[in-house]
Amino acid sequence: MRKLLLAVVLAFAGSLTTAFTGPPAAAAEELRIGISQYPTTLHPSREASVAKSYIMSMTQRPMTVYDHEWQLICMLCIELPSIEAGTAVPEDLPEGVEGAGDGKGIALTYTIQPEATWGDGTPITTRDVLFTYKVGRHEKSGVGSLELYRRILSIDVIDDKTFVMHVDRISFEYAAINDFRLLPAHIEEPIFDTAPEDYRNRTAFDNDPTNPGLAFGPYRIVEAIPGSRVVLERNETWWGKPPAFDRITLLTIEKTTALEANLLSGNIDMIAGELGLTLDQALAFEKRNGEDYQIIYEPGLLYEHIDLMLENPILQDKRVRQALVYAIDREAISERLFEGRQPVAHSGVSPLDWVYYPDIKRYSYDSQKAGALLDEAGWSEMRDGVRHNAAGEPLRLEFMTTAGNRIRELVQQVLQSQWKQAGIDMRVRNEPPRAFFGETVHHRRFTGLAMFAWGKGPEHVPRTTLHSEEIPTEENGWSGQNYTGFRNAEMDELIEAIGVELDRPTRKEMWARVQQIYAEEVPVISLYWRANAYVLPKWLKGLRPTGQMASSSLWIEDWTVEGR
Amino acid sequence: MLSYLARRLTESMLVLAIMSFVIFALLGLMPGDPIDIMIFSDPEMTPEDAARLRALYGLDRPITDRYLTWLGAALQGEFGYSRLYNQPTMDILLPRLGNTIVLMGLSLFLALLIALPAGIYAATRPQSLTDHAINLLAFAGISVPPFWLAILLIILFAVTLGWLPAGGMGDGRDFWSDLRFLVLPVLALTIATVGGIIRFMRAAAIEALRQDYVRTARAKGLSGRQIVVGHVLRNAMIPVATILALQMGNLFSGALITETIFAYLGMGKTIYDSVVGNDYNVALVGLLFATLTTLLANLLADLAYTWLDPRISYQ
Repeated sequence: MRKLLLAVVLAFAGSLTTAFTGPPAAAAEELRIGISQYPTTLHPSREASVAKSYIMSMTQRPMTVYDHEWQLICMLCIELPSIEAGTAVPEDLPEGVEGAGDGKGIALTYTIQPEATWGDGTPITTRDVLFTYKVGRHEKSGVGSLELYRRILSIDVIDDKTFVMHVDRISFEYAAINDFRLLPAHIEEPIFDTAPEDYRNRTAFDNDPTNPGLAFGPYRIVEAIPGSRVVLERNETWWGKPPAFDRITLLTIEKTTALEANLLSGNIDMIAGELGLTLDQALAFEKRNGEDYQIIYEPGLLYEHIDLMLENPILQDKRVRQALVYAIDREAISERLFEGRQPVAHSGVSPLDWVYYPDIKRYSYDSQKAGALLDEAGWSEMRDGVRHNAAGEPLRLEFMTTAGNRIRELVQQVLQSQWKQAGIDMRVRNEPPRAFFGETVHHRRFTGLAMFAWGKGPEHVPRTTLHSEEIPTEENGWSGQNYTGFRNAEMDELIEAIGVELDRPTRKEMWARVQQIYAEEVPVISLYWRANAYVLPKWLKGLRPTGQMASSSLWIEDWTVEGR
Repeated sequence: MLSYLARRLTESMLVLAIMSFVIFALLGLMPGDPIDIMIFSDPEMTPEDAARLRALYGLDRPITDRYLTWLGAALQGEFGYSRLYNQPTMDILLPRLGNTIVLMGLSLFLALLIALPAGIYAATRPQSLTDHAINLLAFAGISVPPFWLAILLIILFAVTLGWLPAGGMGDGRDFWSDLRFLVLPVLALTIATVGGIIRFMRAAAIEALRQDYVRTARAKGLSGRQIVVGHVLRNAMIPVATILALQMGNLFSGALITETIFAYLGMGKTIYDSVVGNDYNVALVGLLFATLTTLLANLLADLAYTWLDPRISYQ
């Protein structure tokens, strides 16, 4: 009996040994990418997320997009409409349509790439354009913001591939329809027409994601396990440059330490910069394993900053707000904590953006200037290391951010100690992201400082964050993102004018003024431009981060293998 | 006995019904609803968009109305859709439930396989070197933080030795290949569970060994093994059964930290994500699963007492 038991155990162990010969080495034609999030939906028009954008950029293509140089280009269309070429024609708005207020709209002509075909062989046509428009405008389709579809007044079909879009305003980015993502009418229309109110639950993008007819990019989805992984294979009907890999596997590993371990063990080949390691982890990883990988740091348009609650009597005084910035050494923070990989932000416009104005007022660390401004503002009496005003009130503010975000909490500690040296008593009260974003910031319940980040596109007009009509209140359903409560008539006018100004030099002047007001009024303390860290194998070439919202995976056909 | 069983099952259903309302209300009271989160991530969303979406998701109705609607549908087997994954709640939960049962079941089985003999062995040789060694290992298992242990196992077996995958799950095509993905999470959970059971088993066995019937058995000339197997084990299992019943509850609620670190799709991570992501339907049904299992496991433990000790009877 014992011998039999021993034989069984040995046989089992033998089988396991055979199985435990390490992770299967990825075939040369497969690329395994680690990402830290799984998208909530794969539907192109619903709930924007970085994870969805990263995955869907390999299976679909937008009509237009900002490229690596942050220039607008056509991807699914042939040529950008332009006023000069006569494919963008200003026109009077129909009666009753307000538009941007000047009574002018624009007719934009787009032509879809002639070879563009869905993965099941069905050609992409204007039928898909009309269906996408129908879904986008429908109140019950579950599409979040209908703003884009409200601005499109109508679409005229010229032929199977050409259409004219009538838009209710002439903005400087009139040709950009980056968020107009096509839906396959031949698959989705019957589902939508059956019950539009139930479409969000029944869409094939989430219920039948491996349907080849949903893709028209270089790849199509062949397996999708929500929360775990997505597997892509070549889309045989892709009309563009053939990609290098036959198969792409995207593994969701939320814990970044585990993501790193998976990379080192060979379970994944690379970590996506858009959804991967935090900067401090990447820097530490580079020190330990930098020789074996190529690590690209790409500062972009993620703007880390501190919103100041301008309704707080202390913060209503501009001198106090300016003193707060003078009292902190952002250069030292960037250098010591981020090894200079995350440049200091001097305004809400990135230095990489063409509208950046370099001559704005800069607040380099100057403790004397900070002290003088605070003295001038009446906070001159120092008691127990804290400044007090004539009424005996301490210069005390509440400083909030997201609990559990290690980098933010680290920066917060440094800032708190620097402000302490200036006699400003910052009381830290952090909250989990869910409560912080969902309640405290969104409902403007912070009383002093709130540190978080904004994601922007190139030349992003700060209407939602700086226009006085965008202050969230109960009456407006808490919409808008002007959480500080900033009100400035000139800024309002500039924001409204910039959007519809087509002349670039004039617009650049307007942008300069926006940045001057921002720097002078300090509604927000600018901290730094966050950088994404791409951890790649040395044999992977051609991956270029964009530094803006467009995923690097949108150009996956340029990724190549050299010396794997 | 049957009437006892019927009464306990009725009580369990009542507790479940109360819990469903409590969980529903608590989820509804959490800061920020799904639309608040959407507004935060989509600056172009207007007040009209927010109102439209709240109506579409039914969030503009009072919580009691929403609960009654949910209850009515649930009684007909309709548990709604997941907001996070846009799929039927059960399509999300059932595969993960299966994964969790495999993960937790295997680790509990292994923990019992180690802990029961080790606990009794230590109890029969109190204060010996072996007893101290077993206690030391048990305390080490209890004390080691699960996330640290998991990372350590990954570094050793996946990164350094390269024997096992660092995380993820198999694709279901090859049993042996899939098994490799289970080894590290099962090991991490077993180490975390085994220490506690050893300590309980040891304490219960020492208590049983002090009883008169053991002394009598010894006087009758029974061997040590006969005494342990025939008398001590059965009596010592009564308190251990209570602990096991509580452990059984975890079978369905999962192990959040282990699942997160090993990127294993189980109930713990699913429930956590659904609570954080305002996925009411998945959170509610997931938590009710966990409640139901705990209730049933406790009922099972109560019934096991009668088998372990025939003097106990239920009326």
